[in-house]
Amino acid sequence: MAEKILMKGNEAIGEAAIIAGCRHYFGYPITPQTELTEYMSKRMSNIGGVFVQAESEVAAINMVYGAAGAGARAMTSSSSPGISLKQEGISYIAGAELPCVIVNIMRGGPGLGSIQPSQCDYFQATKGGGHGDYRNIVLAPNSVQELADITVQSFELADKYRNPVMLLGDGALGQMMEPVDLTMIKTKSIVAKPWAATGLRGRKDSNIINSLHLKPEDLEKHNIHLQEKYKEISSKEVRYEAINTEDAELIMIAYGITSRIARSAMDMARNKGIKVGLLRPITLWPFPELVISKLASRAQAFLTVELSAGQMVEDVRLAVNGAKPVYFYGRMGGMMPNPKEIYGQIVNIMFGKGGL
Amino acid sequence: MSQKLFTRPQTLKDMATHYCPGCHHGIIHRLVAEVIDELGVRDKAIGVASVGCSVLAYEYFTIDMFQAAHGRAPAVATGIKRVHSDATVFTYQGDGDLAAIGCGEIVHAAARGEKITTIFVNNAIYGMTGGQMAPTTLVNQVTTTSPYGRNLENSGMPIRISEMLSTIDGAKFIARVAVNNPANMSKAKQAIKRAFEIQLRGEGFTMVEILSTCPTNWGKSPVEAATWLEENLIPYYPLGIFKAPEEVVK
Repeated sequence: MAEKILMKGNEAIGEAAIIAGCRHYFGYPITPQTELTEYMSKRMSNIGGVFVQAESEVAAINMVYGAAGAGARAMTSSSSPGISLKQEGISYIAGAELPCVIVNIMRGGPGLGSIQPSQCDYFQATKGGGHGDYRNIVLAPNSVQELADITVQSFELADKYRNPVMLLGDGALGQMMEPVDLTMIKTKSIVAKPWAATGLRGRKDSNIINSLHLKPEDLEKHNIHLQEKYKEISSKEVRYEAINTEDAELIMIAYGITSRIARSAMDMARNKGIKVGLLRPITLWPFPELVISKLASRAQAFLTVELSAGQMVEDVRLAVNGAKPVYFYGRMGGMMPNPKEIYGQIVNIMFGKGGL
Repeated sequence: MSQKLFTRPQTLKDMATHYCPGCHHGIIHRLVAEVIDELGVRDKAIGVASVGCSVLAYEYFTIDMFQAAHGRAPAVATGIKRVHSDATVFTYQGDGDLAAIGCGEIVHAAARGEKITTIFVNNAIYGMTGGQMAPTTLVNQVTTTSPYGRNLENSGMPIRISEMLSTIDGAKFIARVAVNNPANMSKAKQAIKRAFEIQLRGEGFTMVEILSTCPTNWGKSPVEAATWLEENLIPYYPLGIFKAPEEVVK
């Protein structure tokens, strides 16, 4: 029997991580994700897990490096300025190919910015973020239920590819309460990690967790290996939701909380007989570029809606590749568009001066 | 019957290291390896090499190891130890790594009483990047970034890490040793062994600071470097046990 309980987004992530077998959480308080840190401090001691409030975001991500390298399912969470601090560690984790889950509940920036919802870390999340040629798998849920489901999937993807997975939400998703069914979550069995540095424990050869390759030939080889892995992830792990895209003349592209506002705008347009569809990328990396490129052969135009100055829109433009016009509408600094506002943009594009 | 009295520790690989002639890292590696062998913890030992000359330490030990980012070894070791509480976990860090960029991590690992051992190799200079000033560089010491000698007005006084960490409750064993002569080597090994033993008993954070030479960046021959260490480093960084559980002090 499905049993729904009312939970805050941040707390649902925490409980789902525990269901996924995460017993090692290292974090640092920062609004608007602090409830997750608090939740883990309460729950981990009940279930014999480990909670450490690190002295900084830098230390927290390096504790994750240690725990993940030692074979555990490890997680950390933060919000935008804190994620910036974690980038050095994330680069090392990607270099050493360690599986872990990093939650970013985004707030406004740059700098200290604000504590309100934002999607202004898209570039940082999807383009590497730290130094070096690497990719995080980036997943963007849009409801409290999906925050929970995707948390579990994040651990599984991380283990499958030995790669950091970033769960990218925004302050609204972290803070809002919705009914969530945690009994439906199924986890696959925890995979063996023969590469982990656990102490020899009878093993003959040492396991080394490392991102240093001093010989250029070795480092190039390692980078080629990483790129091949990223190519495999790109071909196998693209996730998205397409609503009313079959007959749509205008396709909106939005992720996370923005996709829900865009959906209301789409409904308003459909009620007026305007053929609007919505494509919601669930994986921001790998980005559903093939899907968008196919849609570009049929739809007349695209409208990307984001809580930023326009970051994902660049990937949309790359995917559309000039075939059709791509419009952008964004709000910043914690301002949220309302459906009417987006509907206004739709009308402008379809019937205004810059129309189809 | 002949008896083998001296052999390479099982925890150390039979290979040449990349360290410069006269550098003490080789001796310190050996002492750590001997202690791991003698305590019988090789099967559950996990080391964390830091950034700096000892970044390749994982090449020389025959145990599971991590390479950590600049200064972050104590945080990495925290993650490891919290997963494998039965493991013997140690960090191996230089002075640039531990006293500058990693000052926060070492202080808080000690404050948490993290059950790890830190081997802190202090040669008062940045080695791998080519001889720049460290927080432990002595006043008037010439380095590539203090070409007229470390200036008190500009850079302040060198940090005495052992004394500082001794004030932290979670730190259970803090000692400063040197490996510039056989007598000191013997004391250094005893200190390393005690530090590991205290970790094994689960008492808290332990650190052994080891004064060490850097002939290449000090611009001295190995013998001159050993003398310079004795005449200059030891007077500012006195050797001894700064903190220990009672039974160790006795």
